[in-house]
Amino acid sequence: MEEKVMEAVNAEENICVPENLIYQRPETLLDVPMHYCPGCAHGTVHKLIAEVIDELDIQGKTIGVAPVGCSVFAYQYLGVDFSEAAHGRASAVATGIKRVMPDKYVFSYQGDGDLAAIGTAETIHTCNRGENLLIIFINNGIYGMTGGQMAPTTLPNMKSTTSPYGRDVQTMGNPLVMTDLIKQLPSVYYITRQAVNTAGNVRKAKKAIKKGFQYQDLNKGTSFVEIVANCPSNWKMTPLQSNKFLEDQMFPYYPLGDIKVPEKEVK
Amino acid sequence: MKELKLMKGNEALAEAAIRAGCDAYFGYPITPQSEVLEYLSREAEKRTGMVVLQAESEVASINMIYGGAGCGKKVMTSSSSPGVSLMQEGISYIASAEVPCLLVNVQRGGPGLGTIQPSQADYYQSVKGGGHGDYKMIVLAPSSVQEMADFVSLGFDLAFKYRNPVMILSDGALGQMMEKVELQPHQERSTELLQEWATVGRTPDRDSNFITSLHMQPEQMEEVNIHLQNKYKLIAENETRVECVNCDDADYIIVAYGLVARVCHNAAQLGRDKGLKIGVIRPITLSPFPTDYISKASEQVKGILDVEMSAGQMVDDVRLAVNGKKPVEFYGRMGGIVPTPEEILAALEEKLVGGK
Repeated sequence: MEEKVMEAVNAEENICVPENLIYQRPETLLDVPMHYCPGCAHGTVHKLIAEVIDELDIQGKTIGVAPVGCSVFAYQYLGVDFSEAAHGRASAVATGIKRVMPDKYVFSYQGDGDLAAIGTAETIHTCNRGENLLIIFINNGIYGMTGGQMAPTTLPNMKSTTSPYGRDVQTMGNPLVMTDLIKQLPSVYYITRQAVNTAGNVRKAKKAIKKGFQYQDLNKGTSFVEIVANCPSNWKMTPLQSNKFLEDQMFPYYPLGDIKVPEKEVK
Repeated sequence: MKELKLMKGNEALAEAAIRAGCDAYFGYPITPQSEVLEYLSREAEKRTGMVVLQAESEVASINMIYGGAGCGKKVMTSSSSPGVSLMQEGISYIASAEVPCLLVNVQRGGPGLGTIQPSQADYYQSVKGGGHGDYKMIVLAPSSVQEMADFVSLGFDLAFKYRNPVMILSDGALGQMMEKVELQPHQERSTELLQEWATVGRTPDRDSNFITSLHMQPEQMEEVNIHLQNKYKLIAENETRVECVNCDDADYIIVAYGLVARVCHNAAQLGRDKGLKIGVIRPITLSPFPTDYISKASEQVKGILDVEMSAGQMVDDVRLAVNGKKPVEFYGRMGGIVPTPEEILAALEEKLVGGK
């Protein structure tokens, strides 16, 4: 017993060698501290984007568009060329980029306030024109950066700083399900809703993001990947509680899974 | 070899854009400038492969400009007053991020939905900011269909030279009226021309390029502002343009820009026929404004009349230039009405000649 333990912790052996490497920071994810709160989904989704860009080897061909919101600094974390858009305008900016650089991979990264409130028109028309780009939609049902105000996707009766008694759907409307709006548009090629709250979901979300990039090779239309995310700080929860809230409250309203997939894949 | 055509101002501008090697136009229909979008939709892609896209709004089109121009391409939009109001947020971002692009305002009478007739009431909006923050556009004011065409390539040149948005500030009459125009030869689209700052895909020899106007540290934000102000100073030193007609012996000077300057030439001639020595100064760049020029010119005259199709906006800058040395009076018509030479001369006589 004593001898085995000694073997396992042999301090002389250098284990930091390439053969032992099973995981490393993706090259596209820059080695800088992120400003995101503990437990927040943004960091995970950023990492997935970076992994996908590395795996597809398209770092030099990718142009991102950052929104206004918590992920406004996405360009400081992802090592690709980036345009920082005005609030709500990310998909219009992405349209401008893709139209003049059609051979590049273009994605916008937008929160729910950005994409589904102030930028609803740009979102719908970008999808309706079938712009050949990827929209990544982080839906956490709240305004994060400005401090927890009600979002278009805030759940009924959910409390926020501007719905302190809960969202009253009679006066504040029902949560806007963006995928319901855009799935009716023939020019949208791929719509899926994912999450990153479990290891399994992280893997599925990564696959979805990867497809969103790969489909741009086909020039068949817009890809729309929604990530139902948590916001522990503004939900006033611990990260664990926020993950439970995702399962108990958010997923029933925003069910995970593919919403529109290319015809070949339907089987 | 001169290529002469009879064209509407809006069409001449659109044709000039194709010939200037413009890479993309993003716009939204609004009277009195929709011919630009229509002409380009018809002509541009088949001739040069230029991208022409009708956006869902002016808000979207100015942000498409931000994206496309951020790639270092020659990108432009056009609109008219209410539409340009919608673009102001985007213009502020573009100016801050130093994205070169060409914007056109074919002004109509306002405020509000206003009228579709010509106006010059967007002077403040164009030269004093319009959007939030301390920024300036370069503003070119054409006074003929010829200049509607010529200012397109000049505008792109200035935009790229200084990485700054350039606006052509026209009006509904210049946009709609037909005149003879000499078209410039075709320039190749320089689609392969890469700007070192542009978002075109990162190469291994450099860090990522960002097009951004966000600087959270106040010290950093002030630095950006100081850089911009220094640039505006440089632009004012190098790029101020002004036209002067019959000013040498003038006792009175009329200052006017754009379409109205042409009416003022007729007014000055009517005055000279009656023995009144009148000259006309026409600022061609409204921003930078020819302050020094007007200041010097004012020294030898008895008085200055500023004429605009507005309630009097540029007159503020004329008064700042003259700085109280001589009387500066104003005459204007609003709401889409173009003043006649007779009423301008009458105003000059009443306000400057008769009163002294």
